[in-house]
Amino acid sequence: MVGIKKHNLAKFFMMFGILAFFYLPILSLMIFSFNDSRSLTSWSGFSLQWYKALFENREMMTAITTTITIALISTFVATVMGTLAAIGISKSRRLVKELVLSVNNFPILNPEIVTAIGLMLLYSSLNIEKGFMTMLLAHIIFSTPYVILSVLPRLRRLDPDIAEAALDLGATPLQALWKVIVPMITPGIVSGALIAFTMSFDDFVISYFVSGNGVKNISILVYTMSKRINPTINALSTILVVIITIVLLVVNLYPYIAKKELKEAE
Amino acid sequence: MKGYASLVKPYIFWMSLFIVVPMLLIVLFAFTEHGNALMAFRFTLENFFRFFDPVFIKVLFKSLEVALITTLFCILLGYPIAYIISNASERAQTLLILLITLPMWINMLVRTYAWISILSDGGILNSIFEFLGLQPIKMMYTDFAVMLGMVYNFLPFMIISIYTVLAKLDRALIHASHDLGANPVQTFLRIVLPLSMPGVISGITLVFLPAVSTFVIPKFLGGGQYMLIGNLIENQFITVGEWNFGSAISLIMAMIIMGSMILTRKIDRDASDTASVEGGKLW
Repeated sequence: MVGIKKHNLAKFFMMFGILAFFYLPILSLMIFSFNDSRSLTSWSGFSLQWYKALFENREMMTAITTTITIALISTFVATVMGTLAAIGISKSRRLVKELVLSVNNFPILNPEIVTAIGLMLLYSSLNIEKGFMTMLLAHIIFSTPYVILSVLPRLRRLDPDIAEAALDLGATPLQALWKVIVPMITPGIVSGALIAFTMSFDDFVISYFVSGNGVKNISILVYTMSKRINPTINALSTILVVIITIVLLVVNLYPYIAKKELKEAE
Repeated sequence: MKGYASLVKPYIFWMSLFIVVPMLLIVLFAFTEHGNALMAFRFTLENFFRFFDPVFIKVLFKSLEVALITTLFCILLGYPIAYIISNASERAQTLLILLITLPMWINMLVRTYAWISILSDGGILNSIFEFLGLQPIKMMYTDFAVMLGMVYNFLPFMIISIYTVLAKLDRALIHASHDLGANPVQTFLRIVLPLSMPGVISGITLVFLPAVSTFVIPKFLGGGQYMLIGNLIENQFITVGEWNFGSAISLIMAMIIMGSMILTRKIDRDASDTASVEGGKLW
């Protein structure tokens, strides 16, 4: 019995150690965002000055707006385009299907930096000036394949007779698509959209190579500012961490809460 | 129903323009010299020959070395963790997986940046050493810092990919092995480990690929002088402006990555072949 207990203790310490490894850096980052001095290592008192500095820093606020705008627009376009393409792929001949999917996998399997320089070369060959639009287009390009991959499995499970029945009963192809197919593959579309959003929100490598003219997202800003270390980055990161944690907690706990409420209602 | 197949056509056009053409452009730039204008191309292999300079070859080997060691550490740390999680109660599993994945949602640059204040000379770790009466250690701008940053960023991928396989493992096999007289170590080595190899293999892919090509982690934790192949490519495109040479390096890197992926898959297949042979003997 003692042996088993020792074993469990070792497991516990290992788990604890790895979680400390994951969370302590993030925690220290958050703590020093409240530091009174510029230092990121020695504590000199509580203050909110770096949060004030963050909201007064126009460059940072622009970067935040740019990141959110691009994430929202690119998610919307990639989700619509990816869903339609996935429906098309699922109804295509085998050869077309395999060909499209293997090209579609390229941006997923390739290192990001290769996708990035490919797009950079494309833009410059077409003489397109780098800026907001090139970044937006790049985000749509790299997130659409992920939407397709997350919608396709749902379509595979779909019974083709149901859409057929809708058409027989007089629905136009568009109605059958919107009222029959789409509702049945919604979970796939939602998870595809979530992947697209986070990919866009966190992207650095591709954005870095395809943007220009002072257009920066949060990642590019962190990259350029890391040379002159500054607790405003900590303040910005703390806000991001808190928002992400809340969203993830809500998403993950929601099923439990909903279940509990259902039980109580009964 | 077949009518919906035509929905794929616009995406084929989109894909050709935005996925295929950029890849072809990299190849085109790699095999030509000078000129950002489309017309001024001249075929050459010079960009590839240039890479066989000892300086660049050293960078390539360094990148492979760092990525391999990172991958190894991720397996050594990730496997036991995934194993512990997969044996926990269902509730604990959900919670632990959530805790492991949560940091992955935080911007990679921010997470890497967080290490700077921990590892730097007057940083948190060295302050602790000082407090304990130990000599300060130089950690920033070393191989150690770069690999630590990589393990920190990529370990969750390894854990998750091994965990998904272990969680699906049929418990009956383990019970059968115990019933037939195998001790826990034998059961692990002959049943659990071979069956979880697909998870390890996909974990290797998920760690090795970004570890070879990253340029952010070496820049943040290795300093401006620290050169991995990703930094070399970034320099050629952003600082030096030698797009042809940069394209050639990217092409070489993509080939090496593709080659190592094929090799890993082959090793996996051979290993599972021998495993099934051994299994045959067992029956």
